[in-house]
Amino acid sequence: MIKLVGINKVYKAGDVPIYALRDVSLELPDGEFIAIIGPSGSGKSTLMNIIGCLDVPTSGKYSLDGVAVDTLGDNALATIRNRRIGFVFQSFNLLPRLTAIEQVEVPLTYRGASNRRKLARQALIDVGLGDRLHHRPTQLSGGQQQRVAIARAIVSRPSIILADEPTGALDSSTSTEIMRIFEALNHEMGMTIIFVTHEREVAGCTRRIIQLRDGQVVSDAATPAAAELSASVYLQESLVEEPSA
Amino acid sequence: MNPFDTIPIALRALAANKLRSSLTMLGIIIGVGAVIALMAAGQGAQKGITDRIRGLGSNLLFIRPGQPEDNKENNPVGGQVFTLVSTDADAINNPDRFPYVDSVAAQVFFEAPITSGGQSMQVNFTGVTPDYQFTRDHYVASGRFITDDDVTRKGLVAVLGPNVAENLFGDVDPIGRTARLTVGAFRIYFSFNFLIVGVMERRGATATGDEDDLVIIPLPTMQARIPYIRNPKGLSNVHQITVKISSSDKFGQAKEEIAALLRDRHGVTKDDFTIRSQEDLVATVSEVSQTLTILLGSIAGISLVVGGIGIMNIMLVSVTERTREIGIRKALGAKRRDILAQFMVEAITVTMLGGLTGILVGVMAARLADGQHVFGRDLQTAVTPLSIMIAFSVSAVIGLFFGIYPAYNASRLNPIEALRHE
Repeated sequence: MIKLVGINKVYKAGDVPIYALRDVSLELPDGEFIAIIGPSGSGKSTLMNIIGCLDVPTSGKYSLDGVAVDTLGDNALATIRNRRIGFVFQSFNLLPRLTAIEQVEVPLTYRGASNRRKLARQALIDVGLGDRLHHRPTQLSGGQQQRVAIARAIVSRPSIILADEPTGALDSSTSTEIMRIFEALNHEMGMTIIFVTHEREVAGCTRRIIQLRDGQVVSDAATPAAAELSASVYLQESLVEEPSA
Repeated sequence: MNPFDTIPIALRALAANKLRSSLTMLGIIIGVGAVIALMAAGQGAQKGITDRIRGLGSNLLFIRPGQPEDNKENNPVGGQVFTLVSTDADAINNPDRFPYVDSVAAQVFFEAPITSGGQSMQVNFTGVTPDYQFTRDHYVASGRFITDDDVTRKGLVAVLGPNVAENLFGDVDPIGRTARLTVGAFRIYFSFNFLIVGVMERRGATATGDEDDLVIIPLPTMQARIPYIRNPKGLSNVHQITVKISSSDKFGQAKEEIAALLRDRHGVTKDDFTIRSQEDLVATVSEVSQTLTILLGSIAGISLVVGGIGIMNIMLVSVTERTREIGIRKALGAKRRDILAQFMVEAITVTMLGGLTGILVGVMAARLADGQHVFGRDLQTAVTPLSIMIAFSVSAVIGLFFGIYPAYNASRLNPIEALRHE
């Protein structure tokens, strides 16, 4: 559960304050599938950075799963990023020298987990890369690299996946594959997925679109697809649940 | 994060840039190697000199005329003073008064050319009494030593050091042959033909010069026949009196009592001579050579600091290059101290590996140099555990010191800006 109340992010350009975000209030329940869209300079990256605990707001309240994040220090924010948030970037941001499985182990290393190899292998199998465990980024295609990045984001079982233009560097068929993975994560693992994108097509796959302009939320609505999706989810869930009920 | 998990990360980063890592390491290798090798040279020199002092014999006291500056009133002009006379030596050799004195050897020295057959060479002559051999534990290898008879007769006999014998006579046995000694100045020359009666056993270099190069003649021969080393009062001066003491725990007592005797004989209240034991000499020499060792070590230490600056430089470059990696790691949950540890471990690994290799290189260089003949001297080196420990810990400290600033910079990077870095 993400709760933003009156978030402002102000940069100083000389004496003139520039508002990257102005009085943004949002409530994102668990299990949401959301797209944040807007033209460049609208503040969507800033919003994502704040939600991802990479940045702190100038003013306003941000609580993540009941924790008041805006009061936390550097180390506590690092722990939250490590355990509750998974990042997927447009440019993949894999570490150049590590093999796929080692990439996925990195967040577990910072957590100090013991069964890193096993968890990392499972995460890679989950994204369909069970046969590419020991390949380096340069030996993988763009779509495969992004899948490694997704595995890395989900390996610590975060409640939120933040994806910044995750398909921006991929061709359309690969994009579709990647979108399927996100949908599956949302459906099957119940992770909150937040896309930052300007591709309408990508945004259309989500259930809720938040539009930003000049640092303010200008619209926040369920997508048409969302109705169908939630219906299908409802159906699936009821199908699963029926025998036990 | 488990601190041990940073080690593979650091090693991998170093392995990714092998040439750069090894060049950086080279700075430390040279620094540590130089510290070890130069300290080994300094300590070897010290060991060599102290060994030579101890090699003079055992339980010796050396009495020498006071230095001019010790005796300004009596010797306002300066220059060498002659205060010791051979009768001083006879007085010390008095078992009733000094029961702990084993033997006494008075000596004079001078340098002159010696000629035999077609061969001529400049050598150090020393005039001694028969007790010299017992005092110094130095005996003839063939022939005989100076005898009491030689002393009484002021005989023109000589015992050659083995090097002199070899250089003048080659394989021919010198005993029974003659050698000509020439002294003089201002166109007044005196020549003496000495009968060679013996050759000394080989001893090697000692603190008082190479005794194998000496020519030994009777003390009175020297004093009586070579006028310019006699003093104006007609007494026979000596340059040095060596006293052999029966046991080393009598040194203090011997020094005091002999000094009292000499003051009495010379009619002075202030010593116009110095008495030193071998250990005094060792202490003086050690002090000098320790200064030398420290000096050499410090010079080498400069190169270690330069190596450290090299490490800092490379680490700063490395942090800048890997800004994006740092951003990614921070986004994945790395804390400041994790990033700090990663770069610190990297810097320390370079210096430790460099340090260990440097120790190997330094020890090997010291081994190779040991026993080499350089500038007419046998080089002696001694690698001590202390110098290894110093070199290694200094390199580790350098890694810490020069690694901390770049690592701190890395840990303070803003993750958003770091992620945006190309």
